[in-house]
Amino acid sequence: MNGNGPAIRAQGLRRTYGSTRALDGLDMTVARGSVHAVLGPNGSGKTTLVRTLATLLRVREGRAEVAGFDVTDRPRDVRRRIGLLGQHAAVDEELSGRQNLELFGRLYHLGGRRAAARADELLERFGIADTGRRAVGTYSGGMRRRLDLAASLIVEPEVLFLDEPTTGLDPRGRTEVWESVRSLVGGGTTVLLTTQYLEEADQLADRISVLDHGRVIAEGTSDQLKAELGGDRIDVVVRDAGQLAGVAELLAGITGDAAGVETDTDTRRISAPVADRMSALNRLVRSLHDHGVEAEDVSVRRPTLDEVFMHLTGDMKEEVPQ
Amino acid sequence: MTATNPKAVDTAATDPGPTGAPAVRTPPPPAAGSAFGWWLADSWTMTRRELSRWARHPGQVLVNLAFPVMMLLMFALFIGGSMTVAGGGDYAEFLVPGMFVVTMAFGLEGTMTAISRDLERGVVDRFRSMPMAPSALLVGRGVADMLDSAAGLLVMVGAGLLIGWQWNGSFPAALAAVGLLLLLRFAMLWCGIWLGLVVGRPELVTAVQILVWPVAFTSSAFASTEAMPGWLRVIAEWNPLSATATAVRELFGNPGAAGTSWPTENAVLLAVLWPLLLLSVACPAAAARFRRLNR
Repeated sequence: MNGNGPAIRAQGLRRTYGSTRALDGLDMTVARGSVHAVLGPNGSGKTTLVRTLATLLRVREGRAEVAGFDVTDRPRDVRRRIGLLGQHAAVDEELSGRQNLELFGRLYHLGGRRAAARADELLERFGIADTGRRAVGTYSGGMRRRLDLAASLIVEPEVLFLDEPTTGLDPRGRTEVWESVRSLVGGGTTVLLTTQYLEEADQLADRISVLDHGRVIAEGTSDQLKAELGGDRIDVVVRDAGQLAGVAELLAGITGDAAGVETDTDTRRISAPVADRMSALNRLVRSLHDHGVEAEDVSVRRPTLDEVFMHLTGDMKEEVPQ
Repeated sequence: MTATNPKAVDTAATDPGPTGAPAVRTPPPPAAGSAFGWWLADSWTMTRRELSRWARHPGQVLVNLAFPVMMLLMFALFIGGSMTVAGGGDYAEFLVPGMFVVTMAFGLEGTMTAISRDLERGVVDRFRSMPMAPSALLVGRGVADMLDSAAGLLVMVGAGLLIGWQWNGSFPAALAAVGLLLLLRFAMLWCGIWLGLVVGRPELVTAVQILVWPVAFTSSAFASTEAMPGWLRVIAEWNPLSATATAVRELFGNPGAAGTSWPTENAVLLAVLWPLLLLSVACPAAAARFRRLNR
């Protein structure tokens, strides 16, 4: 390691493709040993960011440091300390899993015997030892991804980049990859992963940066991001859709924030952010009773990351404001 | 790890990991002066990657070797009967050197497909993110493809001998002919690397696969240029494939090397100059394209 600074420091990264701004003054700091998720829709600049940090794309404007080395001035020092899992499984389909890992071991100059031993060790660790001699072309998507992950861990990297590690995988494959990523945590490796799945960021990451149009529009822990939407939310589902407007008014009276009340007619659900969950719940239940409203369900919950994301990116089209 | 253990900083030391297995840490940089050795080792590793691919798929290798043999037999047995060689001579003896040339030239597709496939599948990205010599990727591809083509040439020589081809010249002349064929393949190798890097998608290779046919036919590979219409004949005579074909026929002592036009009379010179010219364009272009992948 080089110094005690952060694992990743990006300052004012900017890159345009034609008229598209892939990165638009992006700043980001990732602490050593943490799992950091970069969350954003397609085209938000996630892959451009990863490719820039992994020295695959030249820094055009701004600065980036990975594992304490500037990616522009010291790309080789950076490459010795990173692992990259790109969007495609970058393994040779014609070769066996073991042959693939041995190949990467040789490229890290482990020597034939150590490369072979390391390959076996990693196959074992990622639960693909029994298929190690079969051609990768016959692997399932999840297995291929785990092999790919194993290949990026030939030498334990200080910083591991995972670009949409579970895109295109079935739920089972996704769980497998998640378990593999979790097993890395604690070994001191810093993980930067990009994802379009809020659940994935929620499950794996210590901190989340929300990316939109090449900039970080919000950053924090999953809990902090959820709190930004006003903390807890109270949900009411009514039996009769005709009562929606009335209940929305009641709820607005309790929270004192009419603009925050959201109504979904399809599910007959009204939702609003609340500051003091228990008092709000008490008052609402009493109020519903007093007005003779029959509720199917009343609940208090944390907002989902989907709500956070829509809130942050201003994409509220799905919701009908009252 | 105990507290007395010096912390492994920036070394290749193998600390016992949490599971007791040796954890492999940051690899050391090559010591001064051994950078070339590392480059050689990386290039050999990349070559081995191709060789182990062949070992796993011998059927694919056989199909690739059989295709030019099949072409040779079709031309010799089905069309050969009605072909005459300008200046006289046996068509099989004329055809076989031409097929050698076509086999070398068509190697372009294989190189191009392999390069664009690695690019599309993100394999190139992964190698570029590693502390290896990036050029090893191209060198490994080059060595493997040249070995492949040399094997292909050997098979074609065998097939040629079976249908009655023979060399009538001296042994050194025959070696020179093989040298010219491999030089053409080497030029095609770099054209293939360049084109593969430019297209970046294996699907587009099909277009090149179709285009190589008219180029091969507009040459003296399959038929004498004498019988072609005037303007086509000029193009065919100046075709780099014709240069190598005529030069190789001359060196092997096969019919069809005679001619009065300048490119025919100076075929050996052109068979050296054309590939060198192609290399002088394709090599720097491929290298520049490869370096520009980070744009």
